Amino acid sequence: MRTSTSAAAILLTLALAFVACLGDARLTVERRAGEVVAMRTLAAQLGLTDLALFTEARYTRHPSQADLHSAFQDHPLALEHFPSGSLIVPHHEILDRETTAPD
Amino acid sequence: MKSWIEKQRHLIDFTLSSLLRRRGRNLGLLVVYSLLVFVLASAMLYSHALRREAAVILEGAPEVVLQRLVAGRHDLIPPGYIDKIGQMRGVQDIRGRLWGYYYDSVVKANYTFMVPADGSVAKGALVVGPALARQRGLEANTGVSFRAYSGELRSFIIADVLPQASEIASADLILINEDDFRAFFNYPAGHYTDVALTVANAKEVRNVANKLSKLLPDSRPILREEMQRTYASLFDWREGIMLALLSAAILAFAILAWEKASGLSADEKREIGILKAIGWETGDVIRMKLWEGGLISLTAFLLGFVAAYVHVFKFGAPLFAPVLKGWAVLYPRFDLVPVIDGLQVATLFFFTVFPYMAAVLVPIWRAAVTDPDAVMRS
Repeated sequence: MRTSTSAAAILLTLALAFVACLGDARLTVERRAGEVVAMRTLAAQLGLTDLALFTEARYTRHPSQADLHSAFQDHPLALEHFPSGSLIVPHHEILDRETTAPD
Repeated sequence: MKSWIEKQRHLIDFTLSSLLRRRGRNLGLLVVYSLLVFVLASAMLYSHALRREAAVILEGAPEVVLQRLVAGRHDLIPPGYIDKIGQMRGVQDIRGRLWGYYYDSVVKANYTFMVPADGSVAKGALVVGPALARQRGLEANTGVSFRAYSGELRSFIIADVLPQASEIASADLILINEDDFRAFFNYPAGHYTDVALTVANAKEVRNVANKLSKLLPDSRPILREEMQRTYASLFDWREGIMLALLSAAILAFAILAWEKASGLSADEKREIGILKAIGWETGDVIRMKLWEGGLISLTAFLLGFVAAYVHVFKFGAPLFAPVLKGWAVLYPRFDLVPVIDGLQVATLFFFTVFPYMAAVLVPIWRAAVTDPDAVMRS
């Protein structure tokens, strides 16, 4: 067999695998649509505001509800020390509102 | 057309036999290249899918959450506060929420206690999140005891375990009856943790938040839009951290690819010289090298992307888990719903395939336009 034919076969297989990934993604979305609806309903019912990804501290469990300083509230000048702190940034968006209220 | 195809096939045959002559070097390059695409694609697919999960959950989040602060710390909402908010125009569905954290010294994990608004949990019962149930070995109709804030041990019956599908949002949740909650945490009567409210006109949410800040200067309104932005920035940040960590690998690959592609070896130069001497045109040499770069980069891209998809959506991204888990004892087990964004795939393709193609082309073009005799002698 010519090497170009083998190369074409390999590339075609890979391209088919790539297309299969796209197809699998679409099928999984359809198959799990019920789960997504159930989760959305539960979240709306309970008024959940955050994902339960990091449960080690208040400001990592509910980043959207924590204020800028909650990471340092254990005692004055305490340094934030949870590893998740390096993955999530304090949400400065609240400051965008330029409100005179305390943040 | 047929002759054009046949010509390209001959070029590919020649390119591949040339690549196979330097098998070890080119295979090594292909492996490193695929690994780079794999890691970049994994980070991209994972954070994109997480972003979508957050979007789904936050769609149902309260429109505005109002917290009270005392000396910069989150404090309880005192009686009368909710009535004051109720007098504001445009505000509707005001609801005092009760929730809090509890540290369980048995498994050394933090739980989130919450009172559901619909009062669906009976007195003496609990509905628990799946990760918590797994960690404590709980199931429906079993009993569990927690030490209350008064010091006494309080027992509850597990009424239900929240569905596994919702684990990403409910891993550590404990739903509890209001009376039990107040008794368990010694929570003062008439006080709430925060207030959730909706605004009649969605366009007025920001104005209402500003008015709330003026009416209740010790309060802090958090809009749903801000929660959504918090998560958007959280995952941007996480992806950024991943990319920052990977930047060394990307740089190493860039150096490898540049060295491989731009620094033509004496063999390759001689090969080009011979090809030109036996009558190949500059265009043919460039086309041959284009095929070489294209075949390597396309194979690496497809291989890397498919491996990344399987890693993230079929095996639950084990490479990312240690980074994500942090110190959390209760970490949710979740199967992310795949989200493939065409633009992101195109960006990944552009940033991984095109630089390599460019790095291949420039030196080849330079060598191909010089005199064959000079190329062979150099």
